[in-house]
Amino acid sequence: MDWKVDAPEGLFLKRMWLWEWLFRVPLRLIFTIPASILFVVLSTHLAYASESFLMPLGPVAHEQKTHFFWATALTMVAVLPVFILVPVILIKYRRKKGSGIYAPKWESYGPLEVVMWGVPFLVILVLSVMLWRATSSLDPYKEIEGVVPPVRVEVVGLDWKWLFIYPELEIATVGELVVPVHTPISMTLTSDTVMQSFLIAALAGQIYVMPGMTTKLNFIATKTGKTQGENTQFTGKGFTEQKFDVLIKSDDDFQAWVALVRATGIALDVDTYNRLARRTTRKEAHSALATAQMPAQAIYFTLPDVELFQSIVMRYHSGKPISIEEQPGTEKFGRDKEAEGAQP
Amino acid sequence: MIDYGWLGKLNWDSLVFSKLISNPSVSEVVASTAGCIVIIATIVILGLLTWFRVWGTLWSEWLTSTDHKRIGIMYIVFALVMMTRGLLEGMVMRAQQAAAPDGFLYADHFAQLFSTHGTIMIFFVAVPFVVGLVNFAMPLQIGARDVAFPVLNQISLAVTVSSGVLLMVSLVVGEFSTGGWTAYPPYTGGDFNPGVGPDYWVWAIVFSGAGTTLTGINFTVTILKCRAAGMKFFRMPMFCWTVLCSSILMIFAMPPLSVAALMLGFDRYLDFHFFTNDLGGNMMNYANLFWLFGHPEVYLLVLPAYGVFSEVFSTFSAKRLYGYKSLVFATMSIAVLSFTVWLHHFFTMGQSPTINIVFGIATMLIAVPTGVKVYDWMATMYRGRIRFTTPMIYAIGFLILFVIGGLSGVILANPTVDFQVHNTLFLVAHFHNVLIPGVLFGLLAGYNYWFPKAFGFRLNDRLGRWSAFLWMLGFMLTFLPLYGAGLLGMPRRSFSYMDLTFKPYMVVAFIGAMVILCALITIVLQLYVSLRDRDKNRVPVGDPWDGRSLEWSIPAPAPSYNFAELPRVTDRDEFTEAKEQGRAYQPPKIYRDIEVPKNNPLGFILCLVTGILMFALVWYIWWLALVSALAVIISVIVSTYRWDSERVIPASQVRGDVEKWLKQVKKSRAIGRDLENTPANVGYAKLEH
Repeated sequence: MDWKVDAPEGLFLKRMWLWEWLFRVPLRLIFTIPASILFVVLSTHLAYASESFLMPLGPVAHEQKTHFFWATALTMVAVLPVFILVPVILIKYRRKKGSGIYAPKWESYGPLEVVMWGVPFLVILVLSVMLWRATSSLDPYKEIEGVVPPVRVEVVGLDWKWLFIYPELEIATVGELVVPVHTPISMTLTSDTVMQSFLIAALAGQIYVMPGMTTKLNFIATKTGKTQGENTQFTGKGFTEQKFDVLIKSDDDFQAWVALVRATGIALDVDTYNRLARRTTRKEAHSALATAQMPAQAIYFTLPDVELFQSIVMRYHSGKPISIEEQPGTEKFGRDKEAEGAQP
Repeated sequence: MIDYGWLGKLNWDSLVFSKLISNPSVSEVVASTAGCIVIIATIVILGLLTWFRVWGTLWSEWLTSTDHKRIGIMYIVFALVMMTRGLLEGMVMRAQQAAAPDGFLYADHFAQLFSTHGTIMIFFVAVPFVVGLVNFAMPLQIGARDVAFPVLNQISLAVTVSSGVLLMVSLVVGEFSTGGWTAYPPYTGGDFNPGVGPDYWVWAIVFSGAGTTLTGINFTVTILKCRAAGMKFFRMPMFCWTVLCSSILMIFAMPPLSVAALMLGFDRYLDFHFFTNDLGGNMMNYANLFWLFGHPEVYLLVLPAYGVFSEVFSTFSAKRLYGYKSLVFATMSIAVLSFTVWLHHFFTMGQSPTINIVFGIATMLIAVPTGVKVYDWMATMYRGRIRFTTPMIYAIGFLILFVIGGLSGVILANPTVDFQVHNTLFLVAHFHNVLIPGVLFGLLAGYNYWFPKAFGFRLNDRLGRWSAFLWMLGFMLTFLPLYGAGLLGMPRRSFSYMDLTFKPYMVVAFIGAMVILCALITIVLQLYVSLRDRDKNRVPVGDPWDGRSLEWSIPAPAPSYNFAELPRVTDRDEFTEAKEQGRAYQPPKIYRDIEVPKNNPLGFILCLVTGILMFALVWYIWWLALVSALAVIISVIVSTYRWDSERVIPASQVRGDVEKWLKQVKKSRAIGRDLENTPANVGYAKLEH
């Protein structure tokens, strides 16, 4: 008791209750404020989630969403006891005013050990089975079986835009991916610059694209509509603008669109490709290459060489070094070919 | 590559200020301000040291010291300085994202910020803070006089500090890498990033990585060979077990990183093709090597923090640690499993689902021992008498918040879900969720817990609790919204965004970042207030918290030789047993001369020359690189000729110290735990049960 004598003057003591109150409140506030803010923010904004797997436009993203909620719910079995029991223990066994018994040497109890190891183990066991099944059924390399044959799309990651090649339709686009609804889409992807990651969240998960290598992505859209795709791997200053519109159209609309691209597209020959492959954003490429008939965000091409994708991939396997000037995505790329004045 | 002059690539334009002059903008102002802070802080510190005439003391007591406690303290001071920088960078980034789409930073500047923030927080805050705490506490806990290799310890500190200083230099001269803390090639290769940025990263990582590997060897040998008599493995305090596992991780996990960074360096400097696009280079090898280090690294950091929490829960619940053997087994399983999960960092690289399944399940398996640990800590509090001191507040905050990180970890372990949230802010939220409540709270708890043992006086508990609360609040406001933004698909490392859906999340996160800044200020304030009131808070007897392990059985601050007589251990909670059986505070039977390692200037010399070596390599100043590399080799060889490496503390001096201390014990009053945070607590604990 004598320590109170050492404490500062009476004024301070009188205000003690305020301190006490403030100190007890943080424990509660600290957990309730963020929780409520988060709840409000999340609930008001989920409605806008049109570019997220939480608002899926196809079965792949839908499965991913379902799996996400199941995994969360099951893990809660192991997590909830902590949320509930920690406050209970803290209140019951606090030194001042606690009501629990005190057993300073109590350090092991067999049945409790079994529960402690058993519960998380069982939860993980169930989750593992789920993980196994979901991972093999949602393998992005597995072609989706549909009533119609799949539309093949070849994707090339460039700095800082995506090139979509439709080899069977002999067209290509930048900045706009159009797919027919209820038709499986089978993508083969590569990069002609650094490593990137391709994601259309509302339709399927992401996959890396790497130069000289190909990866695959399969999905199907079940609703018409519009969403967005992007690169999620940082690649420099144009990174945040490396997005594209995804339009899911009915069969007839899709055919009409293909006809439009064929009619208005410019030929994607080597020269045009080299201009496209420079370090430019979609907007900059658009103003350099697009004609007046093309939409504001997209560039349309016709495809004189249907093997273009193969040649992009195989260029890295020639066994010869690729100089900086020949490597798309570098600052020096294409400098010697064009007039220096073209550079900013 | 050879066609550079005497100064290599260095010229006036390399200075950060020249960019401000040639291109004035807010972004450059921010960069130049940061540069100014580094320069001014250096001048101020050097000035103050001269003003107070402490160079002599600094040199003989600290810079050349081989005492594990002082080296530990220097590690922690270094970590706190770097943490301030890393934290301020975090603030600027949060401000930029809250201000987007009209931010105030250039994309490249933002990229440098997230790259340095990550590199600093992992390699120059978390690692040195952990290593510092271990250095300080572990030898005391196992009843040793020092670590096994005191000079090696100095060298580890030296290269860690010089690499950290190199990062500070990058604020003033040139620029840092924009490739993130992971520095994935080919983006960081010579073709795409010809500047000096990635070179700064490479050398800082290679040298500090070597330092950490040496530390791992040092700690492992110390625990295996230097334990006091009677301290069997299963009598070691939990903290020592976690340190043992963590040290083994250091030995095996750091080399892949050093190798990966060196290979990237070969690509950049010598035109090799390990990770290039052409001539058979393969960037996937880099990802594998990096994460072969990267995942064990996480456990390397968090295990010692678990150890601190184990000590804290047991001490402040005044109870034996529950499930000691379970915890040991869980720690060991985590250490082993941590090497089997690295691929979950790139589920999306296109490998077969079978591989993803194997690594996904291995990842989820780690949740089992981790869950057991959490339950064991709860059971430790159960039937205890819980005191809400600062370390305990951190520990409770950890318990609640860390399981949220565990939850998101289990979610991310599912390749199916990871395909969606990989590379988004969900991931950023997850790893901050494990690193801040998990690692940082543990380290701050340890800092508050062992501070009296290091300096002889307690830290102000009230301000300590405030800072703990502010950390918790700040963490939640900053990082929980990022989970939401990540689920909505916002990519990490975005310096801007057009989709205004993300804006509210970013604004809340920015407010949270300001709260974290307040938490940091509170820590500084706490240190200031505690220093001011140190005479009221001294604990010379040495046991302010009614501690349970050996480090509390000696005076505070601990003498340079640690123990007047090496202890003989009979129980896991040795000091508690001793107190209960009345064996505590006894003079040794015989006083002997004590040999302690002599001071050694090698560490300081290496710190200087490796720093110069790295700088020369970054800037292609070949002659300087050659000279400093030779200096490194020569100084190490010369120092091996110091045969006379031990200093003897005579028995009479030890006797004097001990008798003075025991007199102090006799005249002190043992106090109960209710008076723990009052001036009555001089470190003499009353038995209460």
